[in-house]
Amino acid sequence: MTFMTKLFAPIAAAVMLATPLRAEIDIVEVESPGGINAWLVEEHSIPFVALELRFKGGASLDLPGKRGATNLMVGLLEEGAADMDSRAFAEAAESLAASFSFDVGDDAVSVSAKFLTENQDEALALLRDALTQPRFDQDAIDRVRAQVVSGVRSDQQDPDFLVGQAFDAKVFGDHPYGSAIEGTEDSVTALTRDDLVAAYKGALARDRVYVGAAGAVSPEDLALMLDKLLGDLPAGGLPQAPDVAVATEAGVTVVPFDVPQSVAIFGHEGLARDDPDFFPAFVLNEILGGGGFEARLMEEVREKRGLTYGVYSYLVPKDNAALYLGRVSSANDRIADAIDVIREEWRKMAENGVTAEELESAKTYLTGAYPLRFDGNGRIANILVGMQMDDLPVDYVNTRNDKVAAITLDDIQRVAARVLKPDALHFVVVGQPVGLDMPSQ
Amino acid sequence: MRRLIALTGAFLLAAAPLRAQSIEDQVSTFQLENGMDVVVIEDHRAPAAVHMVWYRAGSADEQPGVSGVAHFLEHLLFKGTEKLEPGEFSEIVKANGGTDNAFTSFDYTAYFQRVAADRLGLMMEMEADRMKNIQLDGEDILTERDVIIEERNQRVENDPGSLFREQRMAAQYLNHAYGRPIIGWRHEMVTLDLDDALAFYRQFYSPNNAVLVVAGDVQPDEVLALAQEHYGPIPRNDDLPERARPSEPPQMGERRITFSDPRVAQPYVIRSYLAPERDPGDQRKAAALTLLAEVLGGSQTSVMPQTLQFEEQRSVYSSAFYNGLALDDTTFGVVNVPAEGVSLEEAEADMDRVIAAFIEDGVDEAQLERIKFQMRASQVYALDSSNSLARRYGAALTSGLTIDDVHAWPDILQSITSDEIIAAAKDVFDRDKAVTGFLRSAEEVTQ
Repeated sequence: MTFMTKLFAPIAAAVMLATPLRAEIDIVEVESPGGINAWLVEEHSIPFVALELRFKGGASLDLPGKRGATNLMVGLLEEGAADMDSRAFAEAAESLAASFSFDVGDDAVSVSAKFLTENQDEALALLRDALTQPRFDQDAIDRVRAQVVSGVRSDQQDPDFLVGQAFDAKVFGDHPYGSAIEGTEDSVTALTRDDLVAAYKGALARDRVYVGAAGAVSPEDLALMLDKLLGDLPAGGLPQAPDVAVATEAGVTVVPFDVPQSVAIFGHEGLARDDPDFFPAFVLNEILGGGGFEARLMEEVREKRGLTYGVYSYLVPKDNAALYLGRVSSANDRIADAIDVIREEWRKMAENGVTAEELESAKTYLTGAYPLRFDGNGRIANILVGMQMDDLPVDYVNTRNDKVAAITLDDIQRVAARVLKPDALHFVVVGQPVGLDMPSQ
Repeated sequence: MRRLIALTGAFLLAAAPLRAQSIEDQVSTFQLENGMDVVVIEDHRAPAAVHMVWYRAGSADEQPGVSGVAHFLEHLLFKGTEKLEPGEFSEIVKANGGTDNAFTSFDYTAYFQRVAADRLGLMMEMEADRMKNIQLDGEDILTERDVIIEERNQRVENDPGSLFREQRMAAQYLNHAYGRPIIGWRHEMVTLDLDDALAFYRQFYSPNNAVLVVAGDVQPDEVLALAQEHYGPIPRNDDLPERARPSEPPQMGERRITFSDPRVAQPYVIRSYLAPERDPGDQRKAAALTLLAEVLGGSQTSVMPQTLQFEEQRSVYSSAFYNGLALDDTTFGVVNVPAEGVSLEEAEADMDRVIAAFIEDGVDEAQLERIKFQMRASQVYALDSSNSLARRYGAALTSGLTIDDVHAWPDILQSITSDEIIAAAKDVFDRDKAVTGFLRSAEEVTQ
């Protein structure tokens, strides 16, 4: 266990802006004979391949009354496939030293695979079985369901979970974004095998898959792999979730919970990833509440006043809604001060923008840090799949730094006035905060 | 100054088909004349480098009464030197496109920056500066003390599982400083002052107590030249104390803790046993314990989950854990999270029953071979992150091990037999050296 000077900033859903410097990364677009596309960075110095798959849709595809179905379904993909029960599947993966991980978020099901070149055919066959022939055996369903329920109960006692949940519920209401992807104890308990099969058929389909790969594989071999791996999936699945508007008002909502330190999420509407102002907004946020000590929020709340260990803000462009969020935690008797400072900084930047010096420094950092991201097959595969989901062109890697460099002070001031909305900045606080017991909103 | 010759002809299992380049081929080591160790790990795939300085000083090197001062000092190293204003260090790193941070553990404190490889000299210049020249302001100290208290709130006070862990560790170590939390006891943290921090700084921060690790797109000779330029002039500390911490008295009986908190939704039982760590030139027992943890609880197909979760469905989760990387005696642990309707007392009995049967039945050879193959493969996967490799070397060299020990470790793991694993299990599972903890919700207790 270690303790760090600063907590790493939460990784926002799509802070995918930062991608590579020109020339260092050679991305090849691959199309399989069966019509599946992938982006590849070929790198043969280490004999393994990292493969990232994303199925757009994710937990937001849960049908009404079936909250948690996609999450439980994804948890069962590695619990038995084809003629293997869960133990046989796990032993097979271990015997190959391949690693497969399956995850789900609001907007996508993610599959991360890592396998050795020397047994890649066997590893891919195993992964194909998991993706195309999962068994959903009843004993596995019961076992994994019990784990999910245990997690759901623990979440109800975790202030970090509760604050996110309360904020989402307030903003998104009945939209899937408004509730936890794990579901509730009741909804998960009621799920049947048929529900899981329906969730599987709805979520894993060829029309919504994105693929990024990096490592010791040629484009030709990857193309053949893609058809073997994904060719048996159905062509289409469930329709994507509808868009949802974000409306907040300035104010504080307190969720009483007996902990010594209050945890807060704050925010309002944000910007879509394809908004023309997204780039300047991203740079703006770097200055307001990005990861460093120099960001204004960190400087004012932590460095000058010692009110918190960490305070951050981040743009969250989801598929069906866009948020601009921040996060802070302070002792119950100090959180009101932290909130006052954050409100003031939000308003100041909305009204006055940033200084020329701040903009230059943010641009230097963002362009300099850009090539450093591509430092491993796993990371590269991840970035490649994210770029495709964000609908970025393959030459984005060569133009991205120029776009950052081209941002002017005028751009930033205009976007600051547009994006930062002090009159909509709402705080949800979980804890026993002192001095915040004003009526909600 | 010496350059280590990479080991060749390392022991390989006949069944091992993996023939990647080895990690050792990418590693060069040196020592500066002032005693500072230098490790260079080459990875030329991206134009980046990580620069780390590790001190052989962690929370377990603190004097009694000032718990948390090692970590407090780590924060204060960002608060300025004779040359740099508070916060300027990180600003310069950032202005060069880099990121920086630091971390503190029981046996080490480390500072690092990730930058473009051509900025390495600048990083060394600044890191060398703050090895000796911090200049602290009384106000800054108090503000930063508030920050670490909020850090403790966030990591520990708000989380009953973390509070429970602190109590168990305190019970495990009566005399050794591993019984004190790295971040410090709150009542001592609130009294930490400038003198406490500076005393720790002057005692431990010197080149002969530090390890420089550079990993990335760099040439060993160039790193050495830069290190000589920036770190070379710093005089060694000839009064560096020997790292001998108070050791544990013989434990005469099992220690038990029940920790109740209304915020606990999922009760569990956890037991840790005092266990030997990896020692220089003597890593076999630790290797056997590492494999024992894998065999018992390392994956879905391991003994505890197979029996308790899959066959009997009496547990939600079960596992075994061991980390041999420590300067002094470490712990081996087992944990069992019971299924609904199974009490903690029953969960404890389940755990003991499975372990007893395992010792009786012996190791499943097929499982052991799968584990060993995965460990060989992990040496290939490890090459993908020079950052993780840098941490591996830094942590080992500040936990009493040598480069030779780090390089020998994978082959020692491969050579461990089933008999050695069972022998290690018989040794370590001694209830008289154990701390058993029940974490339960407060409601359950009042029933």
